[in-house]
Amino acid sequence: MTRDDLVRWRYRLIPNTVVGEILSKPWIDNAVPVLMLAVLLAVFGTLVPNLLTLGNLGNLSQTVGEYLLMGLGLTIVVMAGGIDLSVGSVFALANLVMIALVGWAGLPMGVAIPIALLSGALVGLVNGILVGYLRLRAFLTTLVTLIVVRALVDSLLLSYSQEIGAAPIFSAFWDYLAFGTVYGMSVSFLTAVALAVAVHVVLTRLRPGWHIIAVGGSRRAAHNSGIDVRRTVCLTYVASGTLAALAGVFYAARLMSLGAETGVGLEITILTAVVLGGTSLGGGRGSVVKTVLGVAIVVVINNSLLRFNLPSGSSPLALGIILLLAVAIDVRWVKNKRKVLDQTYVAPTYFELPPLPDARRGAATPYAVNDHLATAEPIGLGLLDGPEDVILDADDNLYTGSRDGNILRLMAPDYTRVEPYVHIGGQPLGLAFDRGGNLVTCVAGMGLYMVRPNREVVKLSDETNRTLFSIIDDSRMRLADDLDIAPDGRVFFSEATIRYALHDWMIDALEGRGNGRIICYDPHDGSSRTVLPRLQFPNGICMVPDGQSFLYAETWGCRVSRYYFDGPKKGRTEVVIADLPGYPDNINRASDGTFWLAMIGMRTPAFDLSQRMPGFRRRMAMQVARDQWVFPNLNTGGVIKFDLTGQVLQSLWDGDGGSHPQVTSMREHKGWLYLGGIFNNRIGRIRLPDADQSWTSQSAYWGAPK
Amino acid sequence: MTRSRSKLTQARIVLGIAVLAFATFSVLVPDFLSAGNVSRLLQNVSILGILAMGMALSIIGRGIDLSMVASMAVSVAWMLAEMNTGASFAHAFGFALLFSIAVGVINGVLIAYVEIPPIFATLAMGTAIYGFGRVFLLASDVNYLPDDWQWLNTIATAAPLGIPVSVLCFAAVCGLGHLFLRGAREGRYIYMMGDNPQAARITGVPIRPMIVGQYVLTSLVALVAGLLMAALVATMNTRIVGSTYVYDIILVAVLGGISLSGGRGGAGSVIVGTLLIGILLNGMTMMNLGYTTQNVIKALILLAALTIDSLVNPRDEQTSQQGDI
Repeated sequence: MTRDDLVRWRYRLIPNTVVGEILSKPWIDNAVPVLMLAVLLAVFGTLVPNLLTLGNLGNLSQTVGEYLLMGLGLTIVVMAGGIDLSVGSVFALANLVMIALVGWAGLPMGVAIPIALLSGALVGLVNGILVGYLRLRAFLTTLVTLIVVRALVDSLLLSYSQEIGAAPIFSAFWDYLAFGTVYGMSVSFLTAVALAVAVHVVLTRLRPGWHIIAVGGSRRAAHNSGIDVRRTVCLTYVASGTLAALAGVFYAARLMSLGAETGVGLEITILTAVVLGGTSLGGGRGSVVKTVLGVAIVVVINNSLLRFNLPSGSSPLALGIILLLAVAIDVRWVKNKRKVLDQTYVAPTYFELPPLPDARRGAATPYAVNDHLATAEPIGLGLLDGPEDVILDADDNLYTGSRDGNILRLMAPDYTRVEPYVHIGGQPLGLAFDRGGNLVTCVAGMGLYMVRPNREVVKLSDETNRTLFSIIDDSRMRLADDLDIAPDGRVFFSEATIRYALHDWMIDALEGRGNGRIICYDPHDGSSRTVLPRLQFPNGICMVPDGQSFLYAETWGCRVSRYYFDGPKKGRTEVVIADLPGYPDNINRASDGTFWLAMIGMRTPAFDLSQRMPGFRRRMAMQVARDQWVFPNLNTGGVIKFDLTGQVLQSLWDGDGGSHPQVTSMREHKGWLYLGGIFNNRIGRIRLPDADQSWTSQSAYWGAPK
Repeated sequence: MTRSRSKLTQARIVLGIAVLAFATFSVLVPDFLSAGNVSRLLQNVSILGILAMGMALSIIGRGIDLSMVASMAVSVAWMLAEMNTGASFAHAFGFALLFSIAVGVINGVLIAYVEIPPIFATLAMGTAIYGFGRVFLLASDVNYLPDDWQWLNTIATAAPLGIPVSVLCFAAVCGLGHLFLRGAREGRYIYMMGDNPQAARITGVPIRPMIVGQYVLTSLVALVAGLLMAALVATMNTRIVGSTYVYDIILVAVLGGISLSGGRGGAGSVIVGTLLIGILLNGMTMMNLGYTTQNVIKALILLAALTIDSLVNPRDEQTSQQGDI
């Protein structure tokens, strides 16, 4: 076995995409708190007897419920970019109000609870008006309300605690709030969980939640995009006050205590829980799940430290150190995640290309460089930006995509007038007309779309079946590239890579792995299904006139293959050209029954060699700045003509690279060959004197126009 | 600077309120204007003022130090405890000094290098410092000035020329603070960092070492305040860590016009804020208002000052800083 064989087997056996793909998942943000909780449970679970027994968990669940309720409120506020320190006092206030109303005033619970919640909402409203509408600083303002409400509670206690505290409370519902359990879980815990789910749904799925996150993410952008920032901020404080009051209600029922220490310092505990979970102060980043984790961590630490019977002062010491450690890890993680991801995401593998054919000027191969394309007549010069594919309709009008998300139409006969045909939103790449004259297009980042003759845009497909055990969600389409339509209407389209989006498409070349696929969209039932997975940047697709097979080009594989989707050879793939001298792009039919193939770039010995050295490319991706990487040469390209036997008949180049240095597509139409290039500012066309001067691909596909 | 001179700044508003409060109390409260009361007024708030000066150093540089009270209490209590076991003053003071510096360095490193938000880092440090002190350094919460050092108490409570020593200390700290902030290059750096850390960084301010230095300074000012407190009342009770004292310090600083977003205010702001709080506390105490009532009034005044500031100098939705809480 040679060294190359060893390298090949090593990369075949050990997939190296896993780490990068896991790191790219959004839930990885929760990894730090989850890990921390696990470690704490393991450590304290061994050190503290009975920590994890059911009885203790049942007791803890009440505290967890109360903390979680307050944590949810604080999460909402922090997500919107604020902070609410008054929750500790609101908690105490609600406790007092509850005991006073039920025990002393003898009001029924159905009246007392809403009043208690209202008292919290009212404090929240004051905070909200001050911070939201008057735009005071949240930290100070809520600090002040913390002190004011605390003072209010203290003075009330001072004057009335004897009368209030002495009254006994006999209420079944009161006891149920305090000691009722459902499957061993306290009512407060279950309420908190239900509310957590609700808040999660609001934050992630509903408009008010999106407004909150938008305001927290960028107050200015939210303001400029029309969100009522002040009202949104105000309402977050109302929510926080209400939730803190609800926690106070449960606390009142549980302990029936009017102690002056009720809720003192609780705001710090809750803030700790929220920040520990990974919700960042300053807004925009966080989630309910994070808060749940944070609350669990804080409760476990508190409860364990209490039961160690340590000397006075050691539990604040431990708490402080654990907090600092956790936040430090979280902060570093958030900061460096992107860097780690950038370094680990590129996962090259071994790939060996066949020998490079000679394409130099004067070479004896059909690829020898010439200057045919230099004479191309420019169309839309300076008006176009990235015409990847070009197509002409029955009236000879020219269509092409542009980088700003439009399909442009250039009007026949002189093509000087350009109009936006439709706006789609993503950059349209491949274009094809179907039997009904609809323009079907592959849109990068969006999927397969169709434009009706009345300019109505219809989404055909943006997802396919997800591969079993895939880490990144490959059911969504990242880079739909080119398509062609079978006689029965099925659309076969290529997705160049599932690991990179359009702006990073060249990085896929460094991997040398089959990251792309060909998908079949069936208009009869609207389903999409992957037919050919693991292709090396599949790009051009072109139906063979037999109606049973299509040709497809793999850009980084430098190959053209033929796939039979019907007929006796159904499911088989045959390589047509295995050793192109460059990187193929679109394939289209020529009038004489052969095929045109665009070449976006040329192979170089250096890059071919690096494809056999995955370790080298990996080190390069990790250690060198991106603009210094070895990339394939995409500065020169051209067009070749080949037949189904794989014989290359002709090649057209722009030897000096003045007008068409690289070509991504070409379309033969009535004796002209139209050329598109994704980096070009024009479409070019050259005369084909020997071609059938009336041939159009329309009539070749769908018969003569009626 | 010329622009802000012509404007109604928060410091001016607060000064106005202070004068108003002073006038009101002079009318309402008999004996308020007596020399004895005025000096008592100043003496009571001078420690708060010194601490606020330290706090101002970190707030101007866009930080905050919630561990100040813990640092003050534990370092001075440790010094007293050492002195009680017979250690020399130099020895004990050296310990306290090193402890303060260590706290400042740790705070600074956590904030500048680990990049933990200052509010959170110093909050957790406050808890940890108190815990550390109670576990490793101190046998009890209350530590007394040794008997043979009671002359310190005599000096601290003296009033040469009618001005209490503590007020002189406050004046000295504020004067030094002013000289440092306005005169020293590092002081200007602190303003630059508070105004725009990124801009300061690319203009060549050594941001990270400066942040460490800023918290060390704050911690040292806390030590000074702690020494004065120990001398004045002859004890140091570490229970003060759990109280809302640190909020009072922030209140004084912010009242005077030291913006929490950094880069605003100076020693003058601290003096103005201290005066107002001093007048209010003293007046309310003489009117026999309860502790909680005083808290409410104090808080409402702060709220009023903040509201007026926000109405007079509204924050611009287009330029306000993200994550500015």
